[in-house]
Order: sequence, then C-alpha cells, then structure tokens
Amino acid sequence: MKHRLKFTGKKLIRIGILLLGVSLVTFLLMCASPLDPLQTNVGQVALGSMSAEQVERLEAYWGVDTPPVQRYLGWLSGVLQGDFGTSLLYRQPVMTVIGERLGNSFLLLLAAWMISGVLGMALGVTAGAFRGKWPDKLIRGYCIVISSTPAFWLAILLLMIFSVWLGWLPVGLSVPAGMAAEAVSAADRLRHAILPALTLSITGVANIALHTREKMIDVMESDYVLFARARGESELSVVLRHGLRNVSLPAITLQFASVSEIIGGSVLVEQVFSYPGLGQAAVTAGLGSDLPLLLGITVITAAIVFAGNLIADLLYGVVDPRIRRGTARE
Amino acid sequence: MKRREKLYNRRQTTLFFLAAAIFVLAAVTVSGILVEERAAATDFSRTNLAPGIPYLFGTDWMGRDMFLRTLSGLSLSIRIGVLTAAVSAVTALCLGTAAAVFGSRVDAAVSWVIDLVMGIPHILLVMLISIACGRGFVGVVAGVSLSHWPSLARVVRTEVLQIKSAPYVLAAEKLGVSRLQIVRRHMIPHLFPQFLTGTILLFPHAILHEASVTFLGFGLSSEQPAIGVILSESMQYLTTGRWWLALFPGLALVFVVVLFAMLGERVRKLLDPASVHE
Repeated sequence: MKHRLKFTGKKLIRIGILLLGVSLVTFLLMCASPLDPLQTNVGQVALGSMSAEQVERLEAYWGVDTPPVQRYLGWLSGVLQGDFGTSLLYRQPVMTVIGERLGNSFLLLLAAWMISGVLGMALGVTAGAFRGKWPDKLIRGYCIVISSTPAFWLAILLLMIFSVWLGWLPVGLSVPAGMAAEAVSAADRLRHAILPALTLSITGVANIALHTREKMIDVMESDYVLFARARGESELSVVLRHGLRNVSLPAITLQFASVSEIIGGSVLVEQVFSYPGLGQAAVTAGLGSDLPLLLGITVITAAIVFAGNLIADLLYGVVDPRIRRGTARE
Repeated sequence: MKRREKLYNRRQTTLFFLAAAIFVLAAVTVSGILVEERAAATDFSRTNLAPGIPYLFGTDWMGRDMFLRTLSGLSLSIRIGVLTAAVSAVTALCLGTAAAVFGSRVDAAVSWVIDLVMGIPHILLVMLISIACGRGFVGVVAGVSLSHWPSLARVVRTEVLQIKSAPYVLAAEKLGVSRLQIVRRHMIPHLFPQFLTGTILLFPHAILHEASVTFLGFGLSSEQPAIGVILSESMQYLTTGRWWLALFPGLALVFVVVLFAMLGERVRKLLDPASVHE
C-alpha cells in the first residue's frame, strides 16, 4: 500500500510539472501568433473609426499592451489561487464557461468512451480469435475504412441521413431551438446527443479494435494457448479463459489512452452539430484569439488526459497479479 | 479436394499492389496540379447540377466542377501529407536516437517532451500551432508536422536502446569496429524497416488532421482548393438537399487515406522478416 501511495505521489508531481509545461507552451504559442485579437474581433473598419483612447482601452481589455512574461506570471498566480481568469469573448469567468460546456459535453464523451471501449474490445477479441477467417476480414476492413475517415465527414453523413432525409433526429444544438431552459426535458437532451455520440463511438471503435486484435493474435499464438488446446479445451473456453484475461491489460491502457482521441474528435463533431460543448468553445476561443479561455481549456483537457493515464497505471496493479506482487516485493 | 493453382505468390501480388497504389496516388497528385486552374473556374450557367455526365460529382452554387475541385483538393492534401510526414519522421528520428544515445539526462528531457505533446489532444495542438504561425498554409504544415512525431520517436527510441545492447553490436565494439561503421552496418539496416513503415503510416493521420483543421477554419484559406474547405462549405447546403457537395469529396478523401494505410501495411509485411515469405 505504501508503495502504491509513493508511486501515485511521484506520478502526481510529474503530472503537475507536465501541466505547467502545457500551460507555458500554449501561452507561448498564443503569444507568438501574428494574429491581432483586435483585428479579428473588432475589425479593421471599426478600429479605424474609433478614437485613440477607445483603442487603448480595447488593447488593455485584450491584454495586448502587457508584456508576455508579466501576463503569464499573473495568470499563473491566479490559477494557483483557483482563478483561471475571465473569458474575453464570453465575458464570464473561464471556469464558469468550462464548467457549463464540460457539463454539456460530459454525457457525449462518456457515452462515446464506454461504447467505443466495450465494442472495440469485443470486436478486437472476435477478430483475433477468428484470425484470417471472414469475421476477421470484415472487422479489419471496417476498422481500416473507419480509421481513414475524418470524423467530421462522418458526422456530416449521419446528419444528412438521419436529420435531413429521414428527419428522425434534430439537426443540431443540445436543446430544441427557441425553448426556455426550464421546458427542456431530459428526453430532448438525449435526442440531441444521439448523433454526436454515435459519430464519436463509431470512430473510436476502430483504433481500439485493431490494437486489441493484434494483442489477441499474440495471445492465441502463445505456448499456454497451445497447451490449453492440447488439453482439449474448446475454442470458446480458450478465448474466454486465456484470451480475454491477457488482452484486458493492454485494453485498459488503450481505453484510457483513447480519452485524448475522443476529446479531439468531439472538437470536430461538436462543430458539425453546433453542439455547445467544450470542443466548440475551444474552436470559438481559437478563432477569436480568446487567450484565457483557450489556455484554460487546453490545461483542463490535458489534466483529464493525464488523469486517465494515471488511472490506467493504477489499474494495472489491480488487474495484473504479477505487477501487484512485483510492487509488494520491492 | 480441388486446389486452385496460384498464378502469383503473396510477395508478387503485394509488389504489384504497391506499384498500383503508388501509381494511383502519383496520378492524383499530378493531375490535381494540372487541373487546379480549371477547378477554380466558375460558370453560372451550370450551378447546382446533380452528379451525372459530364459533371461526375455535380457542380456547386458557383458552377464549379466538383470533380475537378475534389481532384485538386486531394492533390493538395497529398502534397501537404508528404511534406508533414517527412518533417515529422526526421524529427522523430533525431529525437528518438538522441534520447537513446546521449545518456539519461537527454532521455528524460525527450521523454518529458513526448509526454507533453501527447497530453494535449492532437487537434487542439494543431490548432494552437497553426494560430501561432498565423494560420494558412504555413500554419497547417507546422501544426501537423510538429504534433505527429511523438509516437514514432518512441518507437525509434525503444529500437535504438534495444540494438545498442544487442550481442552483435557489443561484439562488433569489442572487435574494434568504428562507431560510424556500427551505425551504418548494424543499426540502420535494423531500424530502417520500422522507420519506413512508421513514416508511411504517418500519412493518413497527417492528411486527416490537415483536412480537419482546415475544416474548423484554422488551416488553408477558403480560396485554396482543399478538401476541408470544400466540406465546410458544403455544410451550408446540407439542409437544402445538395448531398453531392459533401458525399463525393469526402469519399475520395477516404479512398486516398485507405490507400496510404494499406500501402503502409503491405510495406511492413514485405520488410518484416517474420512475414516476408508468407
């Protein structure tokens, strides 16, 4: 137990330093940008018609006149006190914006993550067990095509089929348009989340299934499976008792590593469905040079990704008796 | 049991496939460059035509031939893909080798950077780098090439570490073979196949991310004939039933990316000693 705690502590410190690095890199990239936030948001014409005083006030608002080092240190000291600053475009604290957007995205991300994980593993194990036969070829073909398909195009296709042609599902947004927030029912929210979640799941499956298949093939060629077959175990029991168990370890890593990909995919998918989630906010912040918001979103998503990796590392010890005993002996 | 005589063995069919795939990709690239001007030509006497003859992919609201636009878009995508994959691969090779060769300090630093880059979702990082470079062509190329090297760098690092302590390399050192000679005769031949397949398999990711970032508005400008631009324009016409604007360009992109992915798979099979004689 003590080792586990020490291990976790070390990892947490590493994550902290990595997050600091992420924020610094993001900040530097945004600062290096030749795009002037005043030009992009206010516009050349409006700027020209303003008095020098007004322009100066705008410059102060967008932080253009403050030196970068001072800005970053100011931001950092704010963050350490739990204040991520104020979004320049939404005119709300960054944390409020992120909280609200993440709340919208959470259902989407979670559903896609679970479905793609479970389905991906099932497909991968099936393909690996039937290596070279038609189920394998079918699944592999599906995975190769899907992993070569841009998520946003798939989203457009689904939108075309289910919303425009068949008219089964709404075209976009997370709630019906022109409806008071209180009148929106849970069913409405669910209906709006179906297509984005479906898109994310379909694309997420491919990668997990392909990797699980590789591992499954390794397992099926191992000596212990050969021995199990020689003992007369049925193919089903070989897959269930030897295959699944040995595949579950890499599957955990894959599952938690896919967090990053799903968040990345959600940026595109939310844009297509104009779903007001975190990804859409990131695009808006990026296009409008909203530094505090983009910085906040990047740091928070990176924190989620690192947390996922940490959980995977910890689960390893729980699932694999070899690793568990290894840490106990140290 | 009846057995069909095979005309060609696996190796021959693979080589044939490789040649065909490279030919198709090269043809798309070259013809895309050639028709670029005609693809941008507008003609308001033929707006919004559904797919048919002579306009295979239909035309858009400005009467541009979607087939030609798609072709030049694909060509641009492939060129950007080749460029970014090459830059990524070289970065990965340098950093991966440096991490493995120059001791634990450099190793720790490189691993830290790899973790850092992997921690930010790809698309977000590409967006950020593209913003830093002022968007446009430079933004896309820098964004995609600077965000795709970590996975390959990891592979290179592990491989080099393994070879470094391999018995045959140790023996060569003891026999007084010079360092350069060891790298040239023992390390590169071992590393090359892995590196080559890794590089080819970077293409699909690079092309997809280029299209995605352009689609979001951080990449190529709307005058350029890019697949991302075409698809983001098509979004405005979805509800009016102009399905061909989105369907065919996307399908063509998927086709090209699948071709690249299969190319990488086949090359790996050919170069991998374990499966070369299958």
